[in-house]
Amino acid sequence: MGLEDLQHNFLTGRLEDLVKWARTYSMWPATFGLACCAIEMMSVGAADFDLARFGMEVFRASPRQADLMIVAGRVSQKMAPVLRQVYDQMMEPKWVLSMGVCASSGGMFNNYAIVQGVDQIVPVDVYAPGCPPTPETLMHAILTLHEKVRTDDITQRRGLSVAGRPGTGNLASDEGRDTDDAQAPDDGTTGWNPNRPNAVHLGTPKRNPIIARSVGEPL
Amino acid sequence: MTTATGGDTASDAPVLGAAGGSAVRQRRGAAPEILFPTRAQYLDVVGGLRDEGFETCADLCGVDYLAHPGRTLPDGVVSERFEVVVNLLSLSQVRRVRVRVQVPAEDAEIPTLFDLYPGTEAMEREAYDLFGIVFTGHPDMTRILLPEDWEGHPLRKDYGVGRVPVQFKGSPGPR
Amino acid sequence: MSDPVSAADAAVPHPDTDLPDPVSGEQYDEPTPIGTSKGLVIETSEGAQELFPRRLTEPDELRREAGAVLRLPEGVVVNADDIDIEQTDDETMIINMGPQHPSTHGVLRLMIELDGETVLRTKPVIGYLHTGMEKTAEELTYVQGSTNVTRMDYLSPLHNELVLSLAVEALLGIEMPARSDWIRMLLVELNRVSSHLMWMATNGMDHASTSMMIYGFREREMILAFFEKTTGLRMNHNFIRPGGTAADLPDGWEDDVTVICDTVLPRLDEYDELLTGQPLFRQRSEGVGNLSAEEALALSLTGPLLRSTGVPWDLRRSMPYLRYDEVEFDVIVGTFGDNFDRYSIRLNEIRESIRIIRQVIEKMPAGDYRVQDKKVTPPPRGRIDESMEALIHHFKVFTEGFRVPEGEVYVATESPRGELGCYLVSDGGPKPYRMHIRGPSFVNLQALPLMMRGGLLADAVVACSSVDPVMGEVDR
Repeated sequence: MGLEDLQHNFLTGRLEDLVKWARTYSMWPATFGLACCAIEMMSVGAADFDLARFGMEVFRASPRQADLMIVAGRVSQKMAPVLRQVYDQMMEPKWVLSMGVCASSGGMFNNYAIVQGVDQIVPVDVYAPGCPPTPETLMHAILTLHEKVRTDDITQRRGLSVAGRPGTGNLASDEGRDTDDAQAPDDGTTGWNPNRPNAVHLGTPKRNPIIARSVGEPL
Repeated sequence: MTTATGGDTASDAPVLGAAGGSAVRQRRGAAPEILFPTRAQYLDVVGGLRDEGFETCADLCGVDYLAHPGRTLPDGVVSERFEVVVNLLSLSQVRRVRVRVQVPAEDAEIPTLFDLYPGTEAMEREAYDLFGIVFTGHPDMTRILLPEDWEGHPLRKDYGVGRVPVQFKGSPGPR
Repeated sequence: MSDPVSAADAAVPHPDTDLPDPVSGEQYDEPTPIGTSKGLVIETSEGAQELFPRRLTEPDELRREAGAVLRLPEGVVVNADDIDIEQTDDETMIINMGPQHPSTHGVLRLMIELDGETVLRTKPVIGYLHTGMEKTAEELTYVQGSTNVTRMDYLSPLHNELVLSLAVEALLGIEMPARSDWIRMLLVELNRVSSHLMWMATNGMDHASTSMMIYGFREREMILAFFEKTTGLRMNHNFIRPGGTAADLPDGWEDDVTVICDTVLPRLDEYDELLTGQPLFRQRSEGVGNLSAEEALALSLTGPLLRSTGVPWDLRRSMPYLRYDEVEFDVIVGTFGDNFDRYSIRLNEIRESIRIIRQVIEKMPAGDYRVQDKKVTPPPRGRIDESMEALIHHFKVFTEGFRVPEGEVYVATESPRGELGCYLVSDGGPKPYRMHIRGPSFVNLQALPLMMRGGLLADAVVACSSVDPVMGEVDR
């Protein structure tokens, strides 16, 4: 979008708010249900935990039409290239929600067949824990993502992966990197900083962000 | 009051010379017959069982006995590293039978059951994929569960689980 | 068509001219990588599993497509052109459906050869959810084992736990208390209802009835709420363990379950009317995906697929386990082996399961919910605070695990998808030496090529749904 190049002033600020509002409330998920978490994802879209109230009941089969990829389930070694291919086919702006412990870290399957965390392959914005996460947890994660989209700076979406260096979200500057693998920044910290201005705080204590955290960092 | 079926002990099963087994309806809960043909007798035995009324093959799997070589086997059966275990089911007689064939490690080949029971196609591919036992005569002997270019056969006992060391933030060291 | 603009483009094989010559045995090349390292990298190729164009296919494989291996009598020649289509070589198209696809019920990849809209050959490619569960099982104790197996068939997790527990108890040679059997039966039948409701939801969705999707999940939520009350989790419960169940049923469970039964049954009649009475649904499912009994037995199919062909085989009736011989229920059998038969079978199996559940409510005995054998069962949690022996006992059961005598056993139960079996080999230790789960969907998927041949592409989606595969137990 051309808005990335604009300077920030009052007028563009209102425009940015409008754009962020629109992106938040019409975010369409792509179907990437793999295993048990997919069933809970379907439950979220169905009657009792209606996802349609956020405008997200249309699960687009085609990644070209989707904004959000909810990786629901364990990612096997055979599925990993397919996952990356689907992610690449999605158009910017795009977000990734890692649903369940298998997608976030390999879960209970620490073995040869499962990729230990989907953030080895794609940059993740929100992690939702649970095995499987109940529909309430998934909605909380989705709402966290909405908060992040609405309050973050519009010009940067793709910040850190797990504990890594800042990215710009601009593919041209990501040249030379095949994946956003977790890499520690050079200043010797682990990269996670509870005092970052753009991290979304959910009301949980600042020192304990494990439940659901979002990532983002200024350029 | 149901009694759980006792473990099917190998010591009760006959060593097979020719396809045998009675057609008498076994009482419910009885342990199935277990047969131990050699690789040469394997197809004849299973073919005989099929003619006897075992219409369908319920399951075919492999086992790697590398870490448990001293298992109980009937007299006359030479234990090898691999075993192919075939569970057949007869709907008309309501009984099961199990066929266990020893397969040596250096020559891990065994004839396919595909011509007798086409349903074993996927099961034999899985046994090949996870153990490396080749089923000669199978129409499509390729990997089924793992990626095409995977090296190694994961369910063998000398193949590690592939566990990645996990470090928790703030913990003293890797597990 | 490739535009011969640069040297890189010229390397892309042209479909009409650059195909390898089968006579000379030239290798079929891997497709050239496209794009940069960030974009679409390489077309996913299955290597040796690739479905080749018709003129490169062995005649044996073409014969197999018409079911030629399924025990045809000697001397019968299969005509590969028995489908009434105009078939010219260049016009068949090989397309790829999945693994990321809304209608393949999970990560199933189908390589389909099409002539126009008619399906000729199908090759299901699986393995996209392979989790190495059988290898993991060798690292977990028997108490932890049910956390592993429960995630195989994730639509009916209690069935997986049950079959593993039955196998372990068979090797242990212990007698189960009556109440534990009845509790297990209640949970397992409720799980069958929820699994079939989920199937009806997704099947309706595949037939383009989106309202059925919402209705199916609505009932399922009631059952999952009961499971959450009893087991603590909505899915993947880890409740049925070797030796019994993890806890007793909560107070007031009879009322909860009665409410479930009373609500689901009349709504089933509504769904019956919604789908069975609808001409579109009937046309799309009657006569589609036909299977015969001989084919079904040859392919080792079980469950609703086998029963739809007319074979009245249900393990709960023929080889009863738990207390199925003490409850009355009917085995639903179809006639034609088509999709509509399978739909009716599953619909009526929900009714039969509810009938069983009502009988369980009446007949539930009092007693222990788990066997009181000290070797298997940990002590009650309250006693751990009081007694050192109880603490040590608890510790040993949960860390080292209990030992199972050496032996091997194959136990099979009837899951909503078919015969779910567990082949367990023990070497006398606290962990299984080999645990193999015979997943019914893994075997049932072999029916897909046969069901889809000669049909239209739209029927392919419905055929896939009718087999009711759950990829967790296909790939394990």
